[in-house]
Amino acid sequence: MWLHPSNPQLDKKGRLHHLLTLEGLPADILWQILDTAKSFVGTRVKKVPLLRGKSVFNVFFEPSTRTRTTFEIAAKRLSADVINLNISASSQSKGESLLDTVDNLSAMHADMFIVRHNESGAPHFIARHVAADIHVINAGDGRHSHPTQGLLDMYTIRHYKKDFASLRVAIVGDVLHSRVARSQIHALTTLGCPEIRVIGPKTLLPADVEQLGVHVYHDMRQGLKDVDVVTMLRLQNERMNGALLPSAQEFYKFYGLTDDKLAVAKPGAIVLHPGPMNRGVEIDSSVADGKQSVILPQVTFGIAIRMAVMSIMAGNK
Amino acid sequence: MKIHIKGGRLIDPKSGIDAKKDVYIAAGRIVAIGEAPAGFAANRVIDAAGLVVCPGLVDLAARLREPGFEYMATLESEMEAAIAGGVTSLACPPDTDPPLDEPGLVEMLKFRAKNLNQARVYPVGALTQGLKGERLTEMGELVDAGCVAFSQADAPFADTQVFYHALQYAATFGFPVWLRPQDPALARHGVAHGGPVATRLGLPPIPACAETVALSTILILTRATGARVHLARLSTAEGVEMVRQAKREKLPVSCDIAIHHAHLTEMDIGYFDANSRLDPPLRSQRDRDALRAALADGTADALCSDHTPVDADVKQLPFGEAEAGATGLELLLPLTLKWAEESRTKLAPALARITSEAARVLGIDAGHLSVGHAADICLFDPERLWKVEPAALKSQGKNTPFIGLELKGRARYTLVDGQVVYEAK
Repeated sequence: MWLHPSNPQLDKKGRLHHLLTLEGLPADILWQILDTAKSFVGTRVKKVPLLRGKSVFNVFFEPSTRTRTTFEIAAKRLSADVINLNISASSQSKGESLLDTVDNLSAMHADMFIVRHNESGAPHFIARHVAADIHVINAGDGRHSHPTQGLLDMYTIRHYKKDFASLRVAIVGDVLHSRVARSQIHALTTLGCPEIRVIGPKTLLPADVEQLGVHVYHDMRQGLKDVDVVTMLRLQNERMNGALLPSAQEFYKFYGLTDDKLAVAKPGAIVLHPGPMNRGVEIDSSVADGKQSVILPQVTFGIAIRMAVMSIMAGNK
Repeated sequence: MKIHIKGGRLIDPKSGIDAKKDVYIAAGRIVAIGEAPAGFAANRVIDAAGLVVCPGLVDLAARLREPGFEYMATLESEMEAAIAGGVTSLACPPDTDPPLDEPGLVEMLKFRAKNLNQARVYPVGALTQGLKGERLTEMGELVDAGCVAFSQADAPFADTQVFYHALQYAATFGFPVWLRPQDPALARHGVAHGGPVATRLGLPPIPACAETVALSTILILTRATGARVHLARLSTAEGVEMVRQAKREKLPVSCDIAIHHAHLTEMDIGYFDANSRLDPPLRSQRDRDALRAALADGTADALCSDHTPVDADVKQLPFGEAEAGATGLELLLPLTLKWAEESRTKLAPALARITSEAARVLGIDAGHLSVGHAADICLFDPERLWKVEPAALKSQGKNTPFIGLELKGRARYTLVDGQVVYEAK
């Protein structure tokens, strides 16, 4: 059951207990994570003992390379023991229920679960059923949330742009299926960003998306005008040809980020992408590798963010 | 057995009576209302002081899960739930395993239900064989076996031509057809109302147009074939408005709304609460308010429990993987009373939605208290609160979004054919 009366992510004292989504997370906790991450980015020390003796289980029901690896690196730098479980290839295919899998893993004395699952809300479900001393971190669930990605994006934006209060941010592409977009929108809203835009065709924008506090654009040049930050979303291969989009080429024509389109943004605007990129589909190579791209620093900051989240949780005893 | 129900507040929505009147029962029938017949000597006097005495409830949608899904619920458990909820007549949809598409299955169900001597069961037969939407069932035979209407449950038609022919054939013999309007393609993969909550939670949407697109096809084909169509479990504001127009046009349609949708909205999904995973999905507040208005003005003829007992294992899953449905038989009365109280609807017209009006849709002689007719009666305390919790429910299905809530109105006595089949402890 939940520890906090109204927020499933907090403990009784209102501190971070699970990280399931960036929605509803108090701003001071977001700032705490960003500040803590900064202390890890700055340090030359490779390994700190903050999670010594702790077991971190990477429980991935959906394949991932980058996220799983960065979580593993982060946990190891905090001196934790890391166990990687690729569930899709084991229990689930044998018909074990999610609840049984979680119970079994809890019995192995895990301290933290890093969970990726194809169903929106699966980390909430797991967090509701684990013992009170186990922390759950969502590493991406369905279309719902990818909070550490959202946080590392905030870290990256803060690193280059300092203050959220004067920013115009555009999120471009497949918002409908994107947990990254939802995470960014919630984080930016909480951190005080005054203008968030989403850009894409109607087939790739979810119903009533305006109610998340964003402005909707279908024309990319209009949407990118005078923005400080551009986030390009990954377009999944299976969505490129069908009823949502006619082809990758046409998507590129309307919504692919080229130098030409980027020119309408503010000079010095930065370009983010959660990876892995489809060059020539949502982003042109000259932009991806260009001077406004901060895509590789995102990956580096991702490790610091994950160290920050895990160390804050472990410290909340 | 002669029974005297004494001192209760008698509400009979059909005749409009709402007054303190006694009821006298002999040989399974109501023999007098008000004054005792000459020489009436009761074997049993039921003290109904402080209780409402109303017709036994008529539920238009209660899944009993037999045959085929006995691990979810059995006829015994769900019939217990029915009478504990004051329900004396219920229609069960054909989506069993195998579906109710053969007279033998229907006869067996009727026979098993009758032997339990509890509520009356009215099977809704499958409109197509195996509910596959391809070939018609032997509707004439099924009616002889006891089916009162025909339905596809939640299964789609193979194409619109089969649908058209099914309505033509049913219309030939005046068999009613019950349909839940939902375009299968527009609802594909969807698990929640296409609105701000699904967008926020990243849940695949079932847009409101999934209902209205299907409804528009149904209404056009109803007009073309003259079939008698009952629209089951509407969920959208646009949907009930289309029915309102159709009724104005004198199309032979009726419709019902499930108790959940009269109370809850997409917001009740909260943090992915699988108890709120329902078909149709819980929709917006605007939709909920329109459904309530439709109940009040009669556009919606009936409220139903949409009783769908599911196994705990298939609810203990992430929202999108959890099975849709909730237990409802024991909540039909309290949630109708709650709607009446909140919408300032008088008790008699509110109860009509689950008694006389529901019986009219079902085409049965029930849902009213009349001298000479079967004594199917529900007695309940309209003020006493009870808490919805698994142990308080007779149904084998324990999942409901109302779990933990305190509600008013629980059957104290339920009578079928003049027999006290349920008595609260």
